[in-house]
Amino acid sequence: MRAFTYERAASVESAAKSAAANDKAKFIAGGTNLLDLMKLEIETPTHLIDVNGLGLDTIEPTSDGRLRIGAMVRNTDLASNETVRRDYGLLSRALVAGASGQLRNKATTAGNLLQRTRCPYFYDTNQPCNKRQPGSGCSALGGFSRQHAVLGSSEACIATYPGDMAIAMRALDAVVETVKPEGATRSIPIAEFHRLPGDTPQIETALEAGEIITAVTLPAPIGGQHIYRKVRDRASYAFALVSVAAVIQPDGSGRVAVGGVAHKPWRVEAAEAELPKGAKAAASILLADARPTDQNRFKVDLVERTLGAVLREARG
Amino acid sequence: MQFDTPATTNPIDQLTIVGQSIPRIDGELKTTGKAIYAYEWDEENIAYGHPVGSAIAKGRITSMDVSAARNADGVLAVVTTLDVGKREKGKQNTANLFGGDEVQHYHQAIAVVVAETFEQARAAAALVKVDYAEEKGVFDLSEAMKTAVKPKDAGGAPPDTAVGDFDAAFETAPVSLEETYTTPDQSHSMMEPHASLATWDGDELTLWTSSQMIDWWRTDLATTLGIDKEKIHLKSPYIGGGFGGKLFLRADAVLAAFAAKAVKRPVKVALPRPFLVNNTTHRPATIQRIRIGAERDGTITAIAHESWSGDQPDGQLETAVMQTRLLYAGKNRMTAMRLAELHLPEGNAMRAPGEAPGLMALEIAIDEMAEKLGLDPVEFRILNDTQVDPEKPERPFSHRDLVGCLKRGAEQFGWSTRGKPGTRREGDWLIGTGVAAALRNNLLVPSAARVRLDQDGVVTVETDMTDIGTGSYTIIAQTAAEMMGLPMDRVKVRLGDSRFPVSAGSGGQFGANCSTSGVYAACVKLREAVIQTLGFNASEVVFENGTVRSGTRSVPLAGVAGPDGLSAEDTIEWAELSDSHQQSTFGAHFVEVGVDIATGESRVRRMLAVCASGRILNPITARSQVIGAMTMGVGLALSEELAVDTRRGFFVNHDLASYEVPVHADIPHQEVIFMDETDPISSPMKAKGIGELGLCGVSAAIANAIHNATGVRLRHYPMTLDKLLGGLPALS
Repeated sequence: MRAFTYERAASVESAAKSAAANDKAKFIAGGTNLLDLMKLEIETPTHLIDVNGLGLDTIEPTSDGRLRIGAMVRNTDLASNETVRRDYGLLSRALVAGASGQLRNKATTAGNLLQRTRCPYFYDTNQPCNKRQPGSGCSALGGFSRQHAVLGSSEACIATYPGDMAIAMRALDAVVETVKPEGATRSIPIAEFHRLPGDTPQIETALEAGEIITAVTLPAPIGGQHIYRKVRDRASYAFALVSVAAVIQPDGSGRVAVGGVAHKPWRVEAAEAELPKGAKAAASILLADARPTDQNRFKVDLVERTLGAVLREARG
Repeated sequence: MQFDTPATTNPIDQLTIVGQSIPRIDGELKTTGKAIYAYEWDEENIAYGHPVGSAIAKGRITSMDVSAARNADGVLAVVTTLDVGKREKGKQNTANLFGGDEVQHYHQAIAVVVAETFEQARAAAALVKVDYAEEKGVFDLSEAMKTAVKPKDAGGAPPDTAVGDFDAAFETAPVSLEETYTTPDQSHSMMEPHASLATWDGDELTLWTSSQMIDWWRTDLATTLGIDKEKIHLKSPYIGGGFGGKLFLRADAVLAAFAAKAVKRPVKVALPRPFLVNNTTHRPATIQRIRIGAERDGTITAIAHESWSGDQPDGQLETAVMQTRLLYAGKNRMTAMRLAELHLPEGNAMRAPGEAPGLMALEIAIDEMAEKLGLDPVEFRILNDTQVDPEKPERPFSHRDLVGCLKRGAEQFGWSTRGKPGTRREGDWLIGTGVAAALRNNLLVPSAARVRLDQDGVVTVETDMTDIGTGSYTIIAQTAAEMMGLPMDRVKVRLGDSRFPVSAGSGGQFGANCSTSGVYAACVKLREAVIQTLGFNASEVVFENGTVRSGTRSVPLAGVAGPDGLSAEDTIEWAELSDSHQQSTFGAHFVEVGVDIATGESRVRRMLAVCASGRILNPITARSQVIGAMTMGVGLALSEELAVDTRRGFFVNHDLASYEVPVHADIPHQEVIFMDETDPISSPMKAKGIGELGLCGVSAAIANAIHNATGVRLRHYPMTLDKLLGGLPALS
C-alpha cells in the first residue's frame, strides 16, 4: 500500500470537487474492496476522500411511488429493509447471497456497484493485465479462465463484474443518481452504468472524473415472483459462477438479468419476450453472442439450466 | 526407553485421566486471545520486514535496484538474495529459500525490506526493481509425465513393488477395471500465515516462529545461516495450523534472521497470504492409473496402482500408491511411482501425504469395481480384507479392524436403504450415498521429554513437541497426570522450545502417540526417582490422588521433592515391532450428498467416520481432529484446486477468495465413532495416530455418493459442477 493523504468530506459537492482536483483521488466508503486492492497496490490512490460522514444513508419512497436508496446505505440495512423485502425481494435476496455478514455490515450501496473484478491476474501485479495496466496484455486469455466472461468480452479483457446486488438492480431497472464536480446531477440507467471492456477495460463505469453516486432509485414495484439464484462451487462466501436474477409474472412473462458471465450485469430484453416459451428459447437469445473459453464453456449450459430452474420455481 | 516388546498393563490403563473427554487446557488462553502466536511476540525496538518474491518461475536475477526502496520513508535496510549469496540449503527442503541469483519458482523470496513500520516495509518492498534472465520451465504434469523417471526412493520405501504375476492375472480376470484418476495441486491454507520474530544477541539468535518441527527448523536454519545450531534458540509455543506446511524451515525465518542481523534490531517477518501458495510448499498433483481384476464372486485376483507426480529437480514423489500395498488382499499385484521434473513451487507433505490423494483414486476404483461385480461396496471391501501385509504375508497387522469400521458405520448410517444410482430425489436435489475405506500408517518417531516434580507437588513437563491446534498440551498433561497420580491442575506443560528435549514433533499423525510415549518414558523414570527417594519397594507402589502409597505408608507427592525438585528425562525409541508388524490405522467414511439437478452443485448433507486407531487419548480433541479432517476432505472433493498457469509457471489462485476451502455452510452434520480398541504393539500408550486418518478416503466417499446420486462417474478432482453438467438429465 502506498502512502496517501486523507480527508473527511463535509458535503457531496466538496467531495466531488476534491475528487475532480486530483486524478489520483478515490472515494472511500465501506472500503471492503478498495483497501484490499490498495494493500496489493492494484489501486494506488494518493488521496482518499472519506464519504462515510455524508449521510445519504436512508431508504425513502418518492412521491411518485419509486424507492430511493441512499448511496451510503449498508448492504445489511438494504437487504433487511421492510419495503425492499416486500416490493423488491429480488434485491434483498441478491444482497444476502453476497459476501459475509461482516462485509455486508460495512459495504455500501454505491461501493458495491463499483466493486472491481476478481480476475486472479488482475490481483497479481507481476502479471500483465490491461485493466490494471492498460496495454500490458490480458493474461486470462489463454490462461486460467474458468470464472471469466462468456459474453461481451474483448481481446483486451475477459474479466467479469463480480457483484450480486447490481444484477438484481439491472433486472429491476434501477437508476443511479450522481452529482458532478460542477454541481450538475445525473440519472444514469443501470443498463448504461457498467461498461463492456472493449479496448479500455480500465474504464468500468459511466462515471466521469469526480462524479459521485448519491443514490440508487428503484422504479415503482412491478409485482411478480422475485428469484435470485446464485450458482457457485461452495455454499457461501464465493463469487458466482453464474447468477440469475428474475422477476416472473403469473402469465409467464418477466425479466431476467444474469451475473458472472460478463463485464456488466447481462440482460437482453429481446430474450425476455421468449420467457413464456421456456428457458431454452430465452437462453438461446440471451447467449446468442457467447464466446466462451475452453475452461468456461460450461457457463453457457449452466445459464440455461439455472434459468430453467428459476422458471420452474416461479411456476411453483 | 526402548519399546521392543508389546505393552503390558501399565499405569496408563487406569484411564482415570487418559482416555477421558477433558477440554483442552490451552482453550481459555486461545479463546481469550492470551495465547501468543509468532507474529504477536513483542520485543523492544522491533523493526518490520516485508518479503519480495520473484516475478518469474525460473531463471536468474541479473540485477536488482533497491535504491528507491532504500530511500523510502522509514526504511532501515534492504537485504537481497544477491547480498547474502548462495547458501547451503537445509536438508529438509528441495528448493532454496533465500540466497543466490537462481530463481527456482515463482514468489521465491529474493529480498526483505526492513522498516520502522509494517506499512513502510510493505510499501517499499514494491519499489524493488529486478531484472531477470528468464528460462523456459516445465509446468504441465500431463506433458512432463512422459519423461518421468523412477526415483531411487519413495520416502524410505521402494518406488515399485510386485508380487505374483499381475499381467497374467489381470488378463484372465473375468471382471476387470482400468481407469485413470487425477488429483490437482492442493494448498495447506492454514489459518495462521508463516511468521517469525528474530533477535540477535551477539552471535546468538532467538527466533519466535510458527513451526511444527522445532529441531528440523533449528538444524536447517543453522545450516542456512552457517552457524552452530546451539546458537539458535527457537520458540513456537502456539501455532495456528500447519497441515504439513510448517514441517520444514520457511523463508520468513530466514529473512527475519538476515534482516535482524542487518539492522541490529529485532525484526518480524510474516509471509503475506498470496505468498503461502507459491512461496511455500503444496501437495503435488497426481495422475493415477488403477487396474483391478476379480473373480465373479468378488475376490480380487489382480490389483495395480501406478502414480505420476512432479516436483522441483531432486524433489520428491507424492507417494500415492502406498495404501494400495496394504489395503486389500489379492495374490497378484504391482505398484509403481514415477517422478517428473517440474518448475512449479516445491511439492511436499500435506496432511496424510500419499494416502490422501492415493485413496481419492483407489476408493473410487473400488466403488466402480463393486458396481461391475454387482456387489454392495461395503461387502466388496469386507470380502477382500486382509489381516496380513499382502506383499509380505508373514507380516501381520498389529491390529486391523477395517471390517468392524465398515459394519458399524453401515449400521449407524443406515446404509442398507441405499438405492441404485440416480433413483433418489428430493425436490430439485438428487440424493446419493457413498462409502470409502480409510487407511493411514502409524508412524513411529523417537520422542523425548523432561519431567520435574517440585516441592509443591506440581509436575512440569518440558518437550519440544508442538501443538498445532491438535491438543498436544492437553494429552501430554493427561499422560503425566495419569502416570504420577495427580489431578490435571497439578501438571504444567511447556512445549515448542528448542531448549526442551527433542520430540517427535507434529506431522504424519505420529505426534500424539509418540510424544505422549516420550512423556510416559520420562514419567517412568520420575516414578523410580520418587520411589528411590522414599525407599519404597517398587513393586508395591501406587501413585494416586497426589500421594505415593506403599502398603500402609502413604506420602503426599508434594513432600517428596526438596527445593531443587526431582527431575527425570527420557526418550521413547522404537525397535523391531514396526518391522515385524505392519502398523496402520483404519476407518470407514460414509457420506450423503445432494446434487442440484439443474446446476450440478454438490452439497454434502451428512457425514460419518468410524475410526479404528488404537486407544483414543482424549475423545474431544480426537474428534476435533477427525471432523476437521473430514472438512478438509470436503474441500478436496468439491472445490480445492491450485490452478496452474502452464505458460508462466505458477499457481494463479493464490488467495483464500479464489482457492476455495469449505465454509460453514458447506459442512453439515458430522458424526465420529471411535472403535473401542487398544494396540499394545504400537506403544506403551496403546494408541496410534488419528489426525490424518480422518482425511483418508473422505473425498472418494463423496465422489461415490455423487455417482450414486446422479449416475455420473467422475474421476478427476475437484468434482465441480462443470464436470457434472453434461451427465445430468435435461430439464423440461
